[in-house]
Amino acid sequence: MIEFKMPALGADMDEGTLDEWLVKPGDKVTRGQIVAVVETTKAAVEIECWQEGTVSELIVPVGETVQVGTVLATLAASGEPAEEQPRRRSRPARPAKKPASAPSGPRATRTPPAVPQHRRWVSPAARRLAQSLGVNVDTISGTGPQGSVIISDVEQAADSKTTLTKPRTKPAASDRAAQMRKSIAAAMGRSKREIPHYYLVDEIILDAALSWLIARNAQRSIDERVLPAALLLKAVGVAAQRFGEFNGFWRDDGFQPASGVHVGVGISLRGGGLVAPAIHDVPEKKLGELMDDLSDLVARARSFSLRSSEMSDPTITVTNLGDQGVEAVFGIIYPPQVALVGFGRPTQQVRAIDGGIRIVSAVQATLAADHRASDGHRGALFLSAINELLQEPDLLEK
Amino acid sequence: MTHEDTRSAVMSVLTTIAPEIEPDDIADDALLRDQVDLDSMDWLNFLRGIHKRLHVDIPEADYASLRTLADVVGYVEKSASTPD
Repeated sequence: MIEFKMPALGADMDEGTLDEWLVKPGDKVTRGQIVAVVETTKAAVEIECWQEGTVSELIVPVGETVQVGTVLATLAASGEPAEEQPRRRSRPARPAKKPASAPSGPRATRTPPAVPQHRRWVSPAARRLAQSLGVNVDTISGTGPQGSVIISDVEQAADSKTTLTKPRTKPAASDRAAQMRKSIAAAMGRSKREIPHYYLVDEIILDAALSWLIARNAQRSIDERVLPAALLLKAVGVAAQRFGEFNGFWRDDGFQPASGVHVGVGISLRGGGLVAPAIHDVPEKKLGELMDDLSDLVARARSFSLRSSEMSDPTITVTNLGDQGVEAVFGIIYPPQVALVGFGRPTQQVRAIDGGIRIVSAVQATLAADHRASDGHRGALFLSAINELLQEPDLLEK
Repeated sequence: MTHEDTRSAVMSVLTTIAPEIEPDDIADDALLRDQVDLDSMDWLNFLRGIHKRLHVDIPEADYASLRTLADVVGYVEKSASTPD
């Protein structure tokens, strides 16, 4: 029997409310499948399952708030007989509360999956809308698949209530903002207390990179254009692969290097707050692919819909204040990561180059790194590597 | 497509990118950058939305000439009237 647990969703999130189950007992689950949606202060997170098997029991009911590590469901590994009967409903959602020897059903594995009647299937969007409109979803009858409650049901219910429609959206949004503020405060407070940060800054001349990008984009349709942000991301990813002590986690008084480079991207949210979900395997991705991933990630982060692996996997973070920001940013490391690379706004500068004076486009690249895991000398080499990669942008296209 | 149609189509793309804005508050001739918080990713998505909806692909070289809502609407109208 496999216990499918609530995954870690980053240092600033230790609990979430189960919004929706996307599987039911008897369903086969494949690696990476999205099986549930959990609401956190930062997003409705699509929870992926990284084990394969057949769902035996959904232990945590919709609406329950659970801690990271709580067993959400049990799965039978392939070969193991599946239990089809959900045993008890309303079992308290505690980890390690499961009886050690769960009676496993010896019956045939092929009976139609039983859908527990008590469960309300409510789409996350409908739930959000209902919250903002002050409608109780339990009172709405659903017209979606399997009687699930969908947006139009909520709208109808709200209409028939005829009271409160628009003004109520504001408190819900500001409530989320307040919760998110708390999460950020907790994680950043912990970072500043525990991590001995050191900071480095280096100016990177972007002329080669920008003119290369302009020429590249001019030949392509708008859907294939790449922003400088994607190029910077790729450069950091490739450099982090070479400088492993900046890519990984500080845990149990030691540094654990990560095997892949999954770059967390700081994304500011409209209405305040930020998230830093991961783009996986950045050094292995072609530039165009990285750009697609980046625009998809930004769009989903801003509509509060992310995946659990994006929240839990970042091995290093990049924050890019972009063309409207300030010249340089000195970041706070997102624990348990050990480094954060920041880029400010590209500006025109007068510089002495090869004995002459030139006007160049330059950006301030900064590194905030954990002194327990690395030293300034290696940090300087890491920043230099990013700089050198950006002088040969065609190597980053791959 | 009338001028008003084009303007409202552009505005509707803009409100999907920046849902917090009130369409009535956007002045046609004031700098968009001062009225709406658009980063480079938002801007690209704005132009992608225009491409999808109005079939006008604005090359990067022309970005600098698009500073106000009126600029964008004018650009779209001009491109739509000249067959490429």
